[in-house]
Amino acid sequence: MPPLFMSQPKHKVTYVEQNGTAHTVEVAEGWSLMEGAVKHLIPGIDADCGGACACATCQVYVAPGWEDKLPPKSDMEETMLDFAPDVRPNSRLSCQLRMSANLDGIVLNLPKTQHA
Amino acid sequence: MAEKIVIIGAGQAGAQAVQSLRAEGFDGPITMVGDETFPPYQRPPLSKAYLLGSFERPRLFLKADNYYAETGCELILNTSAKAIHRAERQVELADGRKLAYDKLLLATGARVRKLRCPGADLPGVHYLKTIADVDGLQKDFIAGKRIAIVGGGYIGLEVAAVGAKRGLDVTVFEAMDRLMARAVSPDLSAFYAAEHEKAGVKLKLRTGVEAIEGTDKVTGIVAGGKSYPADLVLVGIGVIPCQELAEAAGLGCTDGIVVDQNARTGDPHIWAAGDCTRHVGREGHEIRLECVQNAIDQAKHAAYSMVGKPKTYSEVPWFWSDQYDLKLQIAGLARPTDTLVRRGDPAARKFAVFHLRDGAVAAVEAVNAAPEYMIGKKLVAESKKIAAETLADTSIPMKQMA
Repeated sequence: MPPLFMSQPKHKVTYVEQNGTAHTVEVAEGWSLMEGAVKHLIPGIDADCGGACACATCQVYVAPGWEDKLPPKSDMEETMLDFAPDVRPNSRLSCQLRMSANLDGIVLNLPKTQHA
Repeated sequence: MAEKIVIIGAGQAGAQAVQSLRAEGFDGPITMVGDETFPPYQRPPLSKAYLLGSFERPRLFLKADNYYAETGCELILNTSAKAIHRAERQVELADGRKLAYDKLLLATGARVRKLRCPGADLPGVHYLKTIADVDGLQKDFIAGKRIAIVGGGYIGLEVAAVGAKRGLDVTVFEAMDRLMARAVSPDLSAFYAAEHEKAGVKLKLRTGVEAIEGTDKVTGIVAGGKSYPADLVLVGIGVIPCQELAEAAGLGCTDGIVVDQNARTGDPHIWAAGDCTRHVGREGHEIRLECVQNAIDQAKHAAYSMVGKPKTYSEVPWFWSDQYDLKLQIAGLARPTDTLVRRGDPAARKFAVFHLRDGAVAAVEAVNAAPEYMIGKKLVAESKKIAAETLADTSIPMKQMA
Protein backbone atom coordinates (compact mmCIF):
# COMPACT_ATOMS: atom_id res chain seq x y z
CA MET A 1 0.00 0.00 0.00
CA PRO A 2 1.42 3.44 -0.86
CA PRO A 3 1.97 5.88 2.00
CA LEU A 4 -1.17 7.85 2.63
CA PHE A 5 0.37 11.10 3.67
CA MET A 6 2.85 12.87 1.46
CA SER A 7 5.91 14.71 2.62
CA GLN A 8 4.48 18.23 2.41
CA PRO A 9 4.77 20.29 5.59
CA LYS A 10 1.90 19.67 7.96
CA HIS A 11 0.05 22.06 10.20
CA LYS A 12 -2.28 21.68 13.12
CA VAL A 13 -6.05 21.84 12.90
CA THR A 14 -8.44 21.43 15.80
CA TYR A 15 -11.89 20.10 15.05
CA VAL A 16 -14.39 20.50 17.87
CA GLU A 17 -17.47 18.31 17.97
CA GLN A 18 -20.85 19.61 19.12
CA ASN A 19 -20.36 17.92 22.49
CA GLY A 20 -17.10 19.79 23.02
CA THR A 21 -14.74 16.95 22.18
CA ALA A 22 -11.70 18.48 20.47
CA HIS A 23 -9.47 16.62 18.00
CA THR A 24 -6.15 18.25 17.12
CA VAL A 25 -4.57 16.66 14.04
CA GLU A 26 -1.94 17.49 11.44
CA VAL A 27 -2.99 18.19 7.88
CA ALA A 28 -0.57 18.44 4.96
CA GLU A 29 -0.31 21.69 2.99
CA GLY A 30 -2.55 21.66 -0.04
CA TRP A 31 -5.03 19.20 1.42
CA SER A 32 -8.50 20.45 2.15
CA LEU A 33 -9.64 20.81 5.75
CA MET A 34 -12.45 18.39 4.86
CA GLU A 35 -9.86 15.78 3.82
CA GLY A 36 -7.98 16.40 7.03
CA ALA A 37 -11.11 15.58 9.02
CA VAL A 38 -12.16 12.56 6.98
CA LYS A 39 -8.68 11.00 6.91
CA HIS A 40 -8.36 11.43 10.67
CA LEU A 41 -11.77 9.90 11.34
CA ILE A 42 -13.23 13.05 12.86
CA PRO A 43 -16.94 12.42 13.39
CA GLY A 44 -19.26 15.12 12.09
CA ILE A 45 -17.91 15.69 8.58
CA ASP A 46 -19.77 13.55 6.06
CA ALA A 47 -18.35 14.88 2.77
CA ASP A 48 -20.49 12.52 0.72
CA CYS A 49 -19.16 13.79 -2.62
CA GLY A 50 -15.51 13.58 -1.62
CA GLY A 51 -14.78 17.27 -2.05
CA ALA A 52 -16.40 18.16 -5.35
CA CYS A 53 -18.48 20.94 -3.77
CA ALA A 54 -21.54 18.93 -4.81
CA CYS A 55 -23.23 17.98 -1.56
CA ALA A 56 -22.78 20.60 1.20
CA THR A 57 -22.16 17.92 3.84
CA CYS A 58 -18.81 19.22 5.15
CA GLN A 59 -19.91 22.43 6.82
CA VAL A 60 -17.76 23.85 9.62
CA TYR A 61 -17.99 26.95 11.80
CA VAL A 62 -14.70 28.82 11.74
CA ALA A 63 -13.58 29.96 15.21
CA PRO A 64 -13.24 33.70 15.83
CA GLY A 65 -9.97 35.18 14.63
CA TRP A 66 -9.48 32.73 11.76
CA GLU A 67 -12.12 33.86 9.31
CA ASP A 68 -10.00 36.67 7.87
CA LYS A 69 -7.14 34.28 7.12
CA LEU A 70 -9.34 32.24 4.79
CA PRO A 71 -9.86 32.99 1.13
CA PRO A 72 -13.27 34.44 0.26
CA LYS A 73 -16.10 32.06 -0.66
CA SER A 74 -16.58 31.25 -4.31
CA ASP A 75 -20.07 31.71 -5.77
CA MET A 76 -20.47 27.94 -5.73
CA GLU A 77 -19.53 27.62 -2.06
CA GLU A 78 -21.75 30.56 -1.17
CA THR A 79 -24.76 29.07 -2.88
CA MET A 80 -24.16 25.51 -1.67
CA LEU A 81 -23.87 26.82 1.90
CA ASP A 82 -27.24 28.52 1.60
CA PHE A 83 -28.75 25.05 1.70
CA ALA A 84 -26.74 23.42 4.42
CA PRO A 85 -28.51 23.04 7.78
CA ASP A 86 -28.05 25.66 10.53
CA VAL A 87 -25.81 28.01 8.58
CA ARG A 88 -24.14 30.86 10.47
CA PRO A 89 -22.07 33.85 9.36
CA ASN A 90 -18.86 31.89 10.09
CA SER A 91 -19.96 28.78 8.16
CA ARG A 92 -17.66 27.41 5.44
CA LEU A 93 -17.54 24.23 3.39
CA SER A 94 -14.34 22.61 4.57
CA CYS A 95 -13.75 20.96 1.18
CA GLN A 96 -13.10 24.41 -0.23
CA LEU A 97 -10.46 25.37 2.38
CA ARG A 98 -6.83 24.41 1.67
CA MET A 99 -4.26 23.91 4.39
CA SER A 100 -1.45 26.44 4.40
CA ALA A 101 1.19 27.69 6.85
CA ASN A 102 -0.88 30.69 7.94
CA LEU A 103 -3.72 28.39 9.01
CA ASP A 104 -1.52 26.51 11.49
CA GLY A 105 -3.60 26.12 14.65
CA ILE A 106 -6.99 26.89 13.09
CA VAL A 107 -10.02 25.81 15.10
CA LEU A 108 -13.14 24.53 13.35
CA ASN A 109 -16.38 23.80 15.16
CA LEU A 110 -18.60 21.07 13.74
CA PRO A 111 -22.35 21.33 13.28
CA LYS A 112 -24.84 18.93 14.87
CA THR A 113 -25.72 17.38 11.53
CA GLN A 114 -24.62 17.70 7.92
CA HIS A 115 -27.96 16.68 6.49
CA ALA A 116 -30.86 19.10 6.31
CA MET B 1 -20.16 -14.75 20.54
CA ALA B 2 -20.12 -11.60 18.42
CA GLU B 3 -21.57 -11.88 14.95
CA LYS B 4 -19.16 -11.83 12.03
CA ILE B 5 -19.79 -9.58 9.06
CA VAL B 6 -18.04 -10.12 5.76
CA ILE B 7 -18.09 -7.52 2.99
CA ILE B 8 -17.17 -8.54 -0.53
CA GLY B 9 -15.97 -5.51 -2.46
CA ALA B 10 -13.68 -2.73 -1.23
CA GLY B 11 -15.17 0.31 -2.92
CA GLN B 12 -17.31 3.26 -1.91
CA ALA B 13 -20.22 1.09 -0.70
CA GLY B 14 -17.96 -1.28 1.23
CA ALA B 15 -16.17 1.55 3.01
CA GLN B 16 -19.45 3.26 3.83
CA ALA B 17 -20.86 0.03 5.25
CA VAL B 18 -17.89 -0.34 7.61
CA GLN B 19 -18.31 3.24 8.78
CA SER B 20 -22.08 2.96 9.20
CA LEU B 21 -21.93 -0.43 10.95
CA ARG B 22 -19.59 1.08 13.53
CA ALA B 23 -21.68 4.25 13.80
CA GLU B 24 -24.75 2.10 14.43
CA GLY B 25 -22.99 0.30 17.24
CA PHE B 26 -21.97 -2.99 15.63
CA ASP B 27 -18.77 -3.97 17.42
CA GLY B 28 -18.12 -7.46 16.07
CA PRO B 29 -15.43 -8.41 13.60
CA ILE B 30 -15.71 -7.18 10.00
CA THR B 31 -13.71 -8.55 7.10
CA MET B 32 -13.64 -6.70 3.79
CA VAL B 33 -12.37 -8.45 0.67
CA GLY B 34 -11.25 -6.48 -2.38
CA ASP B 35 -9.71 -7.61 -5.65
CA GLU B 36 -7.71 -4.43 -6.23
CA THR B 37 -4.34 -3.55 -4.69
CA PHE B 38 -5.78 -0.55 -2.88
CA PRO B 39 -8.07 0.02 0.07
CA PRO B 40 -11.36 1.77 -0.82
CA TYR B 41 -10.89 4.94 -2.83
CA GLN B 42 -12.96 7.55 -4.61
CA ARG B 43 -13.57 6.78 -8.26
CA PRO B 44 -15.14 10.07 -9.41
CA PRO B 45 -11.84 12.02 -9.48
CA LEU B 46 -10.19 9.34 -11.66
CA SER B 47 -11.65 10.71 -14.89
CA LYS B 48 -11.32 14.31 -13.72
CA ALA B 49 -8.68 15.88 -11.44
CA TYR B 50 -6.62 12.70 -10.99
CA LEU B 51 -6.22 12.21 -14.74
CA LEU B 52 -5.47 15.90 -15.12
CA GLY B 53 -2.71 15.53 -12.54
CA SER B 54 -4.07 18.08 -10.09
CA PHE B 55 -5.09 15.52 -7.45
CA GLU B 56 -2.45 13.19 -6.05
CA ARG B 57 -3.10 9.54 -5.45
CA PRO B 58 -2.99 9.61 -1.61
CA ARG B 59 -5.97 11.93 -1.66
CA LEU B 60 -8.13 9.35 -3.42
CA PHE B 61 -8.36 7.05 -0.43
CA LEU B 62 -11.63 7.27 1.46
CA LYS B 63 -10.17 6.59 4.89
CA ALA B 64 -6.92 7.06 6.75
CA ASP B 65 -4.61 4.07 6.26
CA ASN B 66 -4.92 3.10 9.93
CA TYR B 67 -8.72 3.37 9.88
CA TYR B 68 -9.46 -0.25 9.12
CA ALA B 69 -7.05 -1.62 11.69
CA GLU B 70 -8.30 0.80 14.34
CA THR B 71 -11.92 0.02 13.74
CA GLY B 72 -11.38 -3.72 13.73
CA CYS B 73 -11.97 -4.34 10.06
CA GLU B 74 -9.65 -6.87 8.48
CA LEU B 75 -8.80 -5.88 4.90
CA ILE B 76 -8.01 -8.67 2.47
CA LEU B 77 -6.84 -7.00 -0.74
CA ASN B 78 -5.65 -8.32 -4.09
CA THR B 79 -8.02 -11.21 -3.59
CA SER B 80 -11.30 -12.02 -5.25
CA ALA B 81 -14.10 -14.08 -3.83
CA LYS B 82 -14.75 -17.30 -5.70
CA ALA B 83 -17.98 -18.57 -4.22
CA ILE B 84 -20.62 -18.04 -1.58
CA HIS B 85 -21.61 -21.22 0.23
CA ARG B 86 -24.94 -20.13 1.63
CA ALA B 87 -25.76 -23.32 3.53
CA GLU B 88 -22.44 -23.19 5.41
CA ARG B 89 -22.47 -19.36 5.51
CA GLN B 90 -19.00 -19.18 4.10
CA VAL B 91 -17.29 -17.11 1.45
CA GLU B 92 -14.60 -18.96 -0.47
CA LEU B 93 -11.73 -16.81 -1.72
CA ALA B 94 -9.72 -17.34 -4.87
CA ASP B 95 -6.74 -18.45 -2.77
CA GLY B 96 -8.85 -21.19 -1.20
CA ARG B 97 -9.38 -19.50 2.16
CA LYS B 98 -12.86 -19.73 3.61
CA LEU B 99 -14.42 -16.90 5.62
CA ALA B 100 -17.34 -17.69 7.88
CA TYR B 101 -20.05 -15.05 8.14
CA ASP B 102 -23.22 -14.42 10.05
CA LYS B 103 -24.09 -11.53 7.76
CA LEU B 104 -22.69 -10.89 4.31
CA LEU B 105 -22.72 -7.69 2.27
CA LEU B 106 -22.13 -7.87 -1.45
CA ALA B 107 -20.62 -4.57 -2.59
CA THR B 108 -19.04 -5.94 -5.73
CA GLY B 109 -19.67 -2.88 -7.92
CA ALA B 110 -19.60 -2.95 -11.68
CA ARG B 111 -17.05 -3.63 -14.36
CA VAL B 112 -16.51 -1.85 -17.64
CA ARG B 113 -18.33 -3.05 -20.70
CA LYS B 114 -15.69 -4.16 -23.18
CA LEU B 115 -15.55 -3.13 -26.77
CA ARG B 116 -16.13 -6.11 -29.05
CA CYS B 117 -14.75 -5.41 -32.47
CA PRO B 118 -11.62 -6.31 -34.42
CA GLY B 119 -8.54 -4.78 -32.79
CA ALA B 120 -10.24 -4.19 -29.45
CA ASP B 121 -7.41 -5.99 -27.63
CA LEU B 122 -4.57 -3.94 -29.16
CA PRO B 123 -2.13 -2.17 -26.84
CA GLY B 124 -3.26 1.44 -26.64
CA VAL B 125 -6.93 0.61 -26.06
CA HIS B 126 -7.78 1.85 -22.57
CA TYR B 127 -10.70 1.72 -20.15
CA LEU B 128 -11.24 3.86 -17.09
CA LYS B 129 -12.56 2.38 -13.88
CA THR B 130 -9.63 1.86 -11.52
CA ILE B 131 -6.45 3.60 -10.40
CA ALA B 132 -4.52 1.02 -12.41
CA ASP B 133 -6.56 1.92 -15.52
CA VAL B 134 -5.70 5.61 -15.17
CA ASP B 135 -2.04 4.91 -14.51
CA GLY B 136 -2.01 2.83 -17.69
CA LEU B 137 -3.81 5.51 -19.68
CA GLN B 138 -1.50 8.20 -18.30
CA LYS B 139 1.50 6.66 -20.13
CA ASP B 140 -0.17 7.33 -23.49
CA PHE B 141 -1.96 10.52 -22.46
CA ILE B 142 0.54 12.96 -23.91
CA ALA B 143 0.09 16.38 -25.53
CA GLY B 144 -0.08 16.16 -29.31
CA LYS B 145 -1.28 12.55 -29.37
CA ARG B 146 -4.53 11.70 -31.09
CA ILE B 147 -7.02 10.09 -28.74
CA ALA B 148 -10.16 8.43 -30.06
CA ILE B 149 -12.81 8.25 -27.36
CA VAL B 150 -15.47 5.60 -27.84
CA GLY B 151 -18.67 6.68 -26.11
CA GLY B 152 -19.99 10.17 -25.42
CA GLY B 153 -21.16 9.54 -21.86
CA TYR B 154 -19.83 10.91 -18.57
CA ILE B 155 -16.52 9.03 -18.68
CA GLY B 156 -15.80 9.73 -22.33
CA LEU B 157 -16.61 13.42 -22.03
CA GLU B 158 -14.72 13.96 -18.79
CA VAL B 159 -11.67 12.38 -20.40
CA ALA B 160 -12.26 14.50 -23.52
CA ALA B 161 -12.27 17.66 -21.39
CA VAL B 162 -9.05 16.67 -19.61
CA GLY B 163 -7.49 15.64 -22.92
CA ALA B 164 -8.32 18.97 -24.54
CA LYS B 165 -6.87 20.77 -21.54
CA ARG B 166 -3.68 18.70 -21.70
CA GLY B 167 -3.22 19.37 -25.41
CA LEU B 168 -4.27 16.06 -26.91
CA ASP B 169 -6.09 15.92 -30.22
CA VAL B 170 -9.47 14.56 -29.12
CA THR B 171 -12.23 12.91 -31.16
CA VAL B 172 -15.34 11.45 -29.51
CA PHE B 173 -17.33 8.73 -31.29
CA GLU B 174 -20.91 8.29 -30.11
CA ALA B 175 -23.38 5.84 -31.63
CA MET B 176 -26.46 7.78 -30.47
CA ASP B 177 -27.55 11.08 -31.98
CA ARG B 178 -26.57 13.12 -28.93
CA LEU B 179 -24.10 13.20 -26.02
CA MET B 180 -24.91 11.67 -22.61
CA ALA B 181 -28.22 10.49 -24.08
CA ARG B 182 -28.80 8.07 -21.21
CA ALA B 183 -28.17 10.67 -18.51
CA VAL B 184 -29.34 14.13 -19.56
CA SER B 185 -32.04 15.94 -21.54
CA PRO B 186 -31.50 17.06 -25.16
CA ASP B 187 -30.98 20.68 -24.04
CA LEU B 188 -27.97 19.64 -21.98
CA SER B 189 -26.63 17.39 -24.72
CA ALA B 190 -26.64 20.29 -27.18
CA PHE B 191 -25.04 22.64 -24.67
CA TYR B 192 -22.22 20.21 -23.86
CA ALA B 193 -21.65 19.42 -27.53
CA ALA B 194 -21.09 23.12 -28.20
CA GLU B 195 -18.74 23.44 -25.21
CA HIS B 196 -16.63 20.49 -26.33
CA GLU B 197 -16.42 21.79 -29.86
CA LYS B 198 -15.36 25.19 -28.53
CA ALA B 199 -12.51 23.43 -26.72
CA GLY B 200 -11.42 21.83 -29.98
CA VAL B 201 -12.89 18.38 -29.37
CA LYS B 202 -14.22 16.76 -32.53
CA LEU B 203 -17.58 15.04 -32.08
CA LYS B 204 -18.78 12.21 -34.33
CA LEU B 205 -22.38 11.52 -33.40
CA ARG B 206 -24.45 8.66 -34.89
CA THR B 207 -21.08 7.04 -35.50
CA GLY B 208 -20.63 3.51 -34.21
CA VAL B 209 -17.14 2.08 -33.97
CA GLU B 210 -16.47 -0.90 -36.24
CA ALA B 211 -12.80 -1.68 -35.69
CA ILE B 212 -9.56 -0.56 -34.09
CA GLU B 213 -6.69 -0.49 -36.55
CA GLY B 214 -3.07 -1.42 -35.94
CA THR B 215 -0.78 -4.44 -35.91
CA ASP B 216 1.12 -4.23 -32.64
CA LYS B 217 -0.51 -1.05 -31.31
CA VAL B 218 -3.35 1.32 -32.10
CA THR B 219 -2.88 3.35 -35.28
CA GLY B 220 -6.46 4.21 -36.10
CA ILE B 221 -10.13 3.60 -35.62
CA VAL B 222 -12.84 2.71 -38.12
CA ALA B 223 -16.18 4.30 -37.36
CA GLY B 224 -19.23 4.95 -39.51
CA GLY B 225 -17.40 3.35 -42.42
CA LYS B 226 -14.48 5.78 -42.28
CA SER B 227 -10.96 5.40 -40.95
CA TYR B 228 -9.51 7.96 -38.55
CA PRO B 229 -5.87 7.95 -37.42
CA ALA B 230 -5.42 7.56 -33.66
CA ASP B 231 -2.55 6.96 -31.23
CA LEU B 232 -4.69 5.74 -28.39
CA VAL B 233 -8.28 4.79 -27.67
CA LEU B 234 -10.34 5.30 -24.52
CA VAL B 235 -13.49 3.23 -24.30
CA GLY B 236 -16.34 4.46 -22.09
CA ILE B 237 -19.42 2.51 -23.09
CA GLY B 238 -20.92 1.74 -19.73
CA VAL B 239 -20.61 -0.85 -17.01
CA ILE B 240 -22.02 -4.25 -16.15
CA PRO B 241 -22.99 -5.14 -12.56
CA CYS B 242 -20.70 -7.72 -10.91
CA GLN B 243 -23.40 -10.23 -10.00
CA GLU B 244 -21.76 -13.55 -10.91
CA LEU B 245 -21.05 -14.57 -7.32
CA ALA B 246 -24.63 -13.86 -6.30
CA GLU B 247 -26.00 -15.57 -9.37
CA ALA B 248 -23.91 -18.69 -8.83
CA ALA B 249 -25.15 -18.78 -5.23
CA GLY B 250 -28.73 -18.78 -6.47
CA LEU B 251 -29.62 -15.24 -5.39
CA GLY B 252 -32.08 -13.35 -7.59
CA CYS B 253 -30.34 -11.30 -10.28
CA THR B 254 -31.74 -9.40 -13.24
CA ASP B 255 -29.16 -6.97 -14.53
CA GLY B 256 -28.08 -6.45 -10.93
CA ILE B 257 -28.45 -8.30 -7.64
CA VAL B 258 -32.08 -7.80 -6.65
CA VAL B 259 -32.50 -6.21 -3.23
CA ASP B 260 -35.41 -4.68 -1.32
CA GLN B 261 -35.61 -1.22 0.22
CA ASN B 262 -33.49 -2.42 3.14
CA ALA B 263 -30.77 -3.65 0.76
CA ARG B 264 -31.64 -7.28 1.53
CA THR B 265 -31.37 -10.06 -1.00
CA GLY B 266 -33.65 -13.11 -0.88
CA ASP B 267 -31.28 -14.74 1.65
CA PRO B 268 -31.87 -13.39 5.19
CA HIS B 269 -28.13 -13.44 5.84
CA ILE B 270 -27.11 -11.56 2.69
CA TRP B 271 -27.38 -7.86 1.75
CA ALA B 272 -26.10 -6.01 -1.31
CA ALA B 273 -25.34 -2.34 -1.97
CA GLY B 274 -24.05 -0.03 -4.67
CA ASP B 275 -23.58 -0.38 -8.41
CA CYS B 276 -24.06 -4.16 -8.28
CA THR B 277 -27.70 -3.94 -7.19
CA ARG B 278 -31.13 -3.54 -8.66
CA HIS B 279 -33.74 -2.18 -6.31
CA VAL B 280 -37.24 -0.77 -6.30
CA GLY B 281 -36.65 2.96 -6.45
CA ARG B 282 -38.64 5.66 -4.74
CA GLU B 283 -40.86 5.90 -7.79
CA GLY B 284 -41.93 2.30 -7.39
CA HIS B 285 -40.15 0.55 -10.22
CA GLU B 286 -36.93 -1.42 -10.40
CA ILE B 287 -33.78 0.51 -11.17
CA ARG B 288 -30.05 -0.02 -11.22
CA LEU B 289 -28.09 3.08 -10.29
CA GLU B 290 -24.42 3.71 -10.97
CA CYS B 291 -23.43 6.51 -8.66
CA VAL B 292 -21.74 7.54 -5.43
CA GLN B 293 -25.08 8.53 -3.91
CA ASN B 294 -26.52 5.04 -4.28
CA ALA B 295 -23.32 3.41 -3.02
CA ILE B 296 -23.38 5.59 0.10
CA ASP B 297 -27.09 5.54 0.84
CA GLN B 298 -27.71 1.88 0.07
CA ALA B 299 -24.67 0.86 2.14
CA LYS B 300 -26.03 2.93 5.03
CA HIS B 301 -29.38 1.18 4.68
CA ALA B 302 -27.71 -2.21 4.57
CA ALA B 303 -25.95 -1.31 7.82
CA TYR B 304 -29.20 -0.12 9.44
CA SER B 305 -30.87 -3.37 8.49
CA MET B 306 -27.92 -5.53 9.55
CA VAL B 307 -27.98 -4.09 13.06
CA GLY B 308 -31.75 -4.53 13.31
CA LYS B 309 -32.75 -0.90 12.77
CA PRO B 310 -34.07 -0.96 9.21
CA LYS B 311 -35.18 2.23 7.46
CA THR B 312 -36.76 2.41 4.03
CA TYR B 313 -34.32 3.54 1.33
CA SER B 314 -36.02 6.32 -0.60
CA GLU B 315 -33.29 8.94 -1.09
CA VAL B 316 -33.31 11.04 -4.24
CA PRO B 317 -30.51 9.91 -6.55
CA TRP B 318 -27.95 12.58 -7.39
CA PHE B 319 -25.07 12.73 -9.83
CA TRP B 320 -22.40 15.17 -10.89
CA SER B 321 -19.91 15.64 -13.68
CA ASP B 322 -17.04 18.10 -14.08
CA GLN B 323 -16.14 19.07 -17.62
CA TYR B 324 -13.97 22.17 -18.15
CA ASP B 325 -15.20 24.79 -15.66
CA LEU B 326 -18.74 23.42 -15.86
CA LYS B 327 -20.23 21.70 -12.87
CA LEU B 328 -23.19 19.56 -13.86
CA GLN B 329 -25.35 18.48 -10.94
CA ILE B 330 -28.41 16.30 -11.37
CA ALA B 331 -31.02 15.19 -8.86
CA GLY B 332 -33.83 12.76 -9.58
CA LEU B 333 -34.43 10.43 -12.49
CA ALA B 334 -35.78 11.97 -15.68
CA ARG B 335 -38.16 10.29 -18.08
CA PRO B 336 -38.52 11.06 -21.77
CA THR B 337 -42.17 12.01 -21.26
CA ASP B 338 -41.42 14.73 -18.68
CA THR B 339 -42.26 18.35 -19.44
CA LEU B 340 -39.01 20.31 -19.58
CA VAL B 341 -38.69 23.80 -18.14
CA ARG B 342 -35.53 25.78 -18.68
CA ARG B 343 -34.43 28.33 -16.12
CA GLY B 344 -31.61 30.71 -17.02
CA ASP B 345 -29.64 31.15 -20.20
CA PRO B 346 -27.22 28.49 -21.49
CA ALA B 347 -25.27 31.28 -23.19
CA ALA B 348 -24.42 32.55 -19.70
CA ARG B 349 -23.09 29.03 -18.91
CA LYS B 350 -25.33 28.96 -15.83
CA PHE B 351 -28.77 27.41 -16.19
CA ALA B 352 -30.97 24.53 -15.18
CA VAL B 353 -33.55 22.25 -16.74
CA PHE B 354 -36.41 21.10 -14.52
CA HIS B 355 -38.43 18.00 -15.32
CA LEU B 356 -42.11 18.20 -14.44
CA ARG B 357 -44.23 15.07 -14.18
CA ASP B 358 -47.94 15.54 -13.52
CA GLY B 359 -47.07 19.09 -12.54
CA ALA B 360 -44.56 18.02 -9.89
CA VAL B 361 -40.78 18.45 -10.00
CA ALA B 362 -39.33 15.00 -10.80
CA ALA B 363 -35.73 15.87 -11.68
CA VAL B 364 -33.38 18.81 -12.13
CA GLU B 365 -30.25 19.22 -14.20
CA ALA B 366 -28.16 22.21 -13.17
CA VAL B 367 -25.08 23.64 -14.87
CA ASN B 368 -23.02 25.95 -12.63
CA ALA B 369 -26.29 26.55 -10.79
CA ALA B 370 -26.05 25.38 -7.19
CA PRO B 371 -29.29 26.97 -5.92
CA GLU B 372 -31.28 25.29 -8.69
CA TYR B 373 -29.65 21.98 -7.84
CA MET B 374 -29.93 22.18 -4.05
CA ILE B 375 -33.49 23.51 -3.94
CA GLY B 376 -34.39 21.33 -6.90
CA LYS B 377 -33.29 18.24 -5.00
CA LYS B 378 -35.64 19.19 -2.16
CA LEU B 379 -38.48 19.79 -4.60
CA VAL B 380 -37.87 16.35 -6.12
CA ALA B 381 -37.89 14.72 -2.66
CA GLU B 382 -41.22 16.37 -1.91
CA SER B 383 -42.64 15.89 -5.44
CA LYS B 384 -43.57 19.54 -5.16
CA LYS B 385 -45.99 20.98 -7.72
CA ILE B 386 -44.79 24.26 -9.18
CA ALA B 387 -46.06 26.06 -12.28
CA ALA B 388 -43.65 25.97 -15.21
CA GLU B 389 -43.78 29.77 -15.56
CA THR B 390 -42.72 30.18 -11.93
CA LEU B 391 -39.77 27.81 -12.27
CA ALA B 392 -38.63 29.54 -15.44
CA ASP B 393 -38.80 33.02 -13.91
CA THR B 394 -35.27 33.90 -12.79
CA SER B 395 -36.55 37.03 -11.06
CA ILE B 396 -38.02 34.69 -8.44
CA PRO B 397 -35.18 33.31 -6.28
CA MET B 398 -35.04 29.53 -5.93
CA LYS B 399 -35.34 29.86 -2.17
CA GLN B 400 -38.90 31.09 -2.56
CA MET B 401 -39.84 27.86 -4.31
CA ALA B 402 -38.88 25.59 -1.44
